[in-house]
Amino acid sequence: MIIHDTKNRTSSRLLVGIDIGSTTAKVVLIDDGQVIYSKYERHFSQVRQKTLSMIQSIAPLLEGRSFTVAVSGSAGMGMANAASLPFVQEVYATAECVRMLEPDTDAVIELGGEDAKIIFFSGGLDQRMNGSCAGGTGSFIDQMATLLDLDVSEMDALSLSHQQIYPIASRCGVFAKTDIQPLINQGATKSDIAASIYQAVVNQTIAGLAQGRRIEGKIMFLGGPLYYCRGLRDRFKETLLLSDENAVFPEYGLFAVAIGAALYGADAVPMTFYTLVEKLTESLKTSERISSLPPLFRDKNEYQAFLSRHAQHRVETQFAGNYHGDATIGIDCGSTTTKLVLLSQNNEILYSYYSPNRGNPVDIVRAELLKIYTEFGDQITIRGVAVTGYGEELIKTAFHADFGIVETMAHYTAAKFFDPEVDFILDIGGQDIKCFKVHNNSIDSIMLNEACSSGCGSFIETFASSMGYTVEEFARQGLFSMAPVDLGTRCTVFMNSSVKQAQKDGASVSDISAGLSLSVVKNAIYKVIRASSPDELGQRIVVQGGTFMNDAVLRCFEKELGRDVVRPSIAGLMGAFGAALFASSQQLSRSKVLTREELVRFSHQSRSAVCKGCENRCRLTINTFSSGERLISGNQCEKGAGISLKDDEKLPNLYEFKRSLLSSYHSREGRYKIGLPLGLGMYELYPLWHTIFTELGFEVVCSGFSTRSLYTKGHFSIPSDTACYPAKIMHGHIETLLERGVDAVFYPCITYNVDEHKGDNHYNCPVVAYYSELLAGNMDSLRSTLFLYPYLNINSASNLSRELTAVLSPHFEGIRLSRVRQAVKAGFAAYERHMQQIYDEGQRAVAFARRTGRRIMILAGRPYHIDPEICHGIDRLAASLGFVVVSEDSIAYDVDVPILSVYNQWTYHSRLYAAAAYCCQSRDTSLVQLVSFGCGVDAVTTDEVRSILENGGRLYTQIKIDEITNLGAVRIRLRSLIGALEERGE
Amino acid sequence: MKRDYTILVPNMLPIHFKLICNVWRSNGYKIEFLDEFDRSTRETGLKYVHNDTCYPALLIIGQLLCALQSGRYDKDKVALLITQTGGGCRASNYIYLLRKALKKAGLGHVPVISLNFGGMEDHPGFRLTAPMIYRMMYCAFYGDLIMLLANQCRPYDRHEGDTDKLVDRWVERLSEEVMHPQNLRYGHVKKNYRRIIDDFADLLGEKVRDKVKVGVVGEIYVKFSPMGNNNLEQFLRSEGVETVMPGFVDFCMYCVYNGIADYELYGRQPGYAVLCRIAYRYLLKKQRYIRELILRDYPKFMPPADFDRTRRRAMSVIGIGTKMGEGWLLPAEMLELSDEGVKNIVCTQPFGCLPNHIVGKGVMKPIKEQNPDVNIIAVDYDPSATAINQENRIKLMLSNAK
Repeated sequence: MIIHDTKNRTSSRLLVGIDIGSTTAKVVLIDDGQVIYSKYERHFSQVRQKTLSMIQSIAPLLEGRSFTVAVSGSAGMGMANAASLPFVQEVYATAECVRMLEPDTDAVIELGGEDAKIIFFSGGLDQRMNGSCAGGTGSFIDQMATLLDLDVSEMDALSLSHQQIYPIASRCGVFAKTDIQPLINQGATKSDIAASIYQAVVNQTIAGLAQGRRIEGKIMFLGGPLYYCRGLRDRFKETLLLSDENAVFPEYGLFAVAIGAALYGADAVPMTFYTLVEKLTESLKTSERISSLPPLFRDKNEYQAFLSRHAQHRVETQFAGNYHGDATIGIDCGSTTTKLVLLSQNNEILYSYYSPNRGNPVDIVRAELLKIYTEFGDQITIRGVAVTGYGEELIKTAFHADFGIVETMAHYTAAKFFDPEVDFILDIGGQDIKCFKVHNNSIDSIMLNEACSSGCGSFIETFASSMGYTVEEFARQGLFSMAPVDLGTRCTVFMNSSVKQAQKDGASVSDISAGLSLSVVKNAIYKVIRASSPDELGQRIVVQGGTFMNDAVLRCFEKELGRDVVRPSIAGLMGAFGAALFASSQQLSRSKVLTREELVRFSHQSRSAVCKGCENRCRLTINTFSSGERLISGNQCEKGAGISLKDDEKLPNLYEFKRSLLSSYHSREGRYKIGLPLGLGMYELYPLWHTIFTELGFEVVCSGFSTRSLYTKGHFSIPSDTACYPAKIMHGHIETLLERGVDAVFYPCITYNVDEHKGDNHYNCPVVAYYSELLAGNMDSLRSTLFLYPYLNINSASNLSRELTAVLSPHFEGIRLSRVRQAVKAGFAAYERHMQQIYDEGQRAVAFARRTGRRIMILAGRPYHIDPEICHGIDRLAASLGFVVVSEDSIAYDVDVPILSVYNQWTYHSRLYAAAAYCCQSRDTSLVQLVSFGCGVDAVTTDEVRSILENGGRLYTQIKIDEITNLGAVRIRLRSLIGALEERGE
Repeated sequence: MKRDYTILVPNMLPIHFKLICNVWRSNGYKIEFLDEFDRSTRETGLKYVHNDTCYPALLIIGQLLCALQSGRYDKDKVALLITQTGGGCRASNYIYLLRKALKKAGLGHVPVISLNFGGMEDHPGFRLTAPMIYRMMYCAFYGDLIMLLANQCRPYDRHEGDTDKLVDRWVERLSEEVMHPQNLRYGHVKKNYRRIIDDFADLLGEKVRDKVKVGVVGEIYVKFSPMGNNNLEQFLRSEGVETVMPGFVDFCMYCVYNGIADYELYGRQPGYAVLCRIAYRYLLKKQRYIRELILRDYPKFMPPADFDRTRRRAMSVIGIGTKMGEGWLLPAEMLELSDEGVKNIVCTQPFGCLPNHIVGKGVMKPIKEQNPDVNIIAVDYDPSATAINQENRIKLMLSNAK
């Protein structure tokens, strides 16, 4: 390939460019304007050695000549420093390269191992990189491929034949992973999932990096993933509506940064091969180390003592051939692995199975059951089969298992077997962390990790394989690290960059392995359990889950707590073991599980469909089994499952009621059309503004409830990707209103919310209060339409009337103060009426529940959480589980807020505290708090709501919701809650 | 309390806080200013504060708890001081989070003093009197001036550390001075201003300030505190640029102005608004004095901006009612920097900072549209965001810096 350098830097010279990314190293040689050599290799975090060996391997090309060198890439910074070679930032290098090779490019999208970048050339140079919370690029695709048990090229090939795209969270890898897992477990096809993964990467790139600029014109795509994955290219082309000419995938896609670096280095001092090798050798010596931690074991003796202590906690295993009698089977169909235990009458394990489910749990369970029939045949009588875990329903339906039990109960049952007095159980699995406190023989509080802190077992696994190790070997390496690196405790994306930093500083694999183990442990203790001392956890701690089979993790946990814990020998099988124990406690005379003949004939098919029951359009996965039975999953309500309820069977649901109340506002035709975006604060104040504008003779146009497609309409103009979903969805609402041809859009800035005299102050949160400022500044489409976002005081009718008159009268005829006063008066009356209706319905719901003996759930969030797209139908899910659902604002009007240990200064949040206080008064009521991901205010409120409830002896449940929420996990949560309530006799 | 208790003050602005602490000392308080931090500060914070809470809360509380647990202080004779703004962002809750953390750490008996000017919490043991506030104000002006000049001299040091030595000398001298109320007459202060500028002018000598200038704005704690921003200033210096940091007094004036805006927009608290208006004009006059002094007599230095102009400047991109967190001040400072010819800007914020979604990242597009030559990068800080990621992004900005 020939490079025509306008600055004439290349002629009759030899240039070397080195690009060291997070996972790969690239070297390019340009000789007299011609790329004569290029090489691309994984460096397995051995950055400096790899560079040296790559340079040494091209000795024949370099020896005897003088050349210039420059380094680029995120992992190259430290090496360049240590070797005193010129360094250039990689985005800058890319721009340099593209300007030279393809000067008419309008924008570049580059995906690397862990970075995503966009460079805009036309219309003002603008270079952007993903922020620290937007991982998920090359490494993300690798991780996802591992999850599907494919290699990257297989996944790519499959993606090309996809039928449909599922929505997968595009913010970061961890979220996406929790979305993909249920799809796998529900039986969605791999080709659909693969294409959906690529689509998620595309959406993320656009939402995270476009920040209000349209990506159009001639676009060049660079970097490894875009070079190798055709499916990903297709997704980009389709999403950005690019023609073949305008989507450029150059042959040098992998080496753009290295070429740019070579060009950049042209002005540096030339050197010879030997000086370069000398400099690189020098860099090996100076590895600076910033923060390291004490080793896990002082010496071999300590390690031996550790091993023998843990060897005590084991279950007897019977040699299979000797046993004759009754047995039960427990199956734990987890997120990444499937576990199975065959248990004898005497609670001995006859057979066990533990393996990744490779995206197809049904086949695995079928094979295992067949194996049991073959091996044990007539020796045993199966007297019960219980299933637990994510895939519970699927497996239960497929194989006619006798029981399905919620994961938490299965684990508790198993832990009790090892320590009847256990008071704390921590389970770290592949995807999730669960922990429960046990009090008076029942589960007292359940904590599950939120999608964001999922940095669990599978993370270590993928990291191990990305460095070229098996998990076992990787863990063993960690045990004897002399100086574990300190990697922080945030989510995996951050860990990725911490590891990058450690690599830069030259940390060894064993130090990284030990550091990762410690991160997982700290993540569990401080983020999920939120403990500050070991005593908070309990006296008798049982740890389990596959991740604890890793001795390094176990050791870190004990060291961090400063106390010994019990790890059963079957730590990875505890769910299945507990299920089997449960099945045997039920004492069936015979299990109705499929017989051997039925199993042989068994087959299963899955297909996807879209539910047409309501406007939600849930994406369903329909599993059909050879027996003709069907299992439908992915639905938010009973309609998707094909069940229709009569009106009197429907439980009161305040979320539903509030939505129907909002839908009941109709608008008259008017001279002007004013658009109200139904989001954030508008959810509560809609009656006020709707009435005011209607009274003033406007035709009110409402953007309606949110949908996924409404969100994507506006997602390219979001400047801050880490804001909460309810805020980001506003962009779509505005676009919707503009499509409807409104004359003006109205969403006021409201610093002070309605004063309900429940707190020290009555603010809105900053996002609710001022989001219109952001909309005005970032949405180009809004500039051609009048956007009114005045600062208003809704606590004073006279002030509000004056301000509204001042704001509206310049743009619309007939706005006089006297008329506005009337309208405002009517508006407030409508608002009062609206709130009263909600309150009355709340009372009715509570009375209904008490009359019919139902449980009441206060689904406590904010007014905008009733939006079906924001709460993802959690209210309906709760109703389908038998709860009467009430909202935080429907029951706590007359409740006094208890004395708090926080500053109670937000109106919406004051209601949460009042609702919690209300919950403490009655034993038939539970509170579930909905928390939007990224809501900073909730970092304050969640702890406080929890402590109000716990002081009142009540259970606290929190559900984090985001762009996409995995309802499977929510279901487990709510069922665990029911289980705990039942055990407590409530 | 005054005599028996040692009051611990967390670090944010080393120069300013050191001076202010001495004002309190001269009023009979025993003050201990904490300016050490290491990894255990962050670890302790993570342990006792909700991890999704903003990074500054985590660090401040971590620092205070570390000090308490160090064994250097008698736990029954120590009190903690923390600022409280009372605005609509989470920062008003820091004091409660601190109390919760203390309780968790078994130190619930340690009293916590809220430092605020809005009458939010009254503490019988610690009261700001009018003369104290008056003297604290001068400390803030001194601090801003020294910081401003030091930032302009440091990159041009003949010998590494020259500027810092001069800063130390002045801080020491002023610390001594502010102990004695008579030194805080305005006439004397004005003379000091000139002496300070003279000294820095001598230090700079004939050197031309020709390095690329990079402005730093952002959430107040991570903007100023080296602990909060991974030694951003030091990093920028190692990259060979001159740092420009709008001062602390600007933040105070922003807070004061919000009292006026609350009345003008919503008709709230007319009496308070009158007081704010007086205070605002007063501070403005004091700040303008320094600006004009530098403009007139020391052309080689860049003076502090005229705050009232900065404020009005903000209106082109944001409403004056945006008052949570740094509110309209943040875009105002970015525009001010651009006007003063500082086209490269690092906007710092704690990860997940609520107001900064709007007043930081949310205003960058309109600001760039108005000023196409402006080069802004947003950098997030949090307990485990790595320096390499942050530095790589700042380097990207620097590679386009002019």
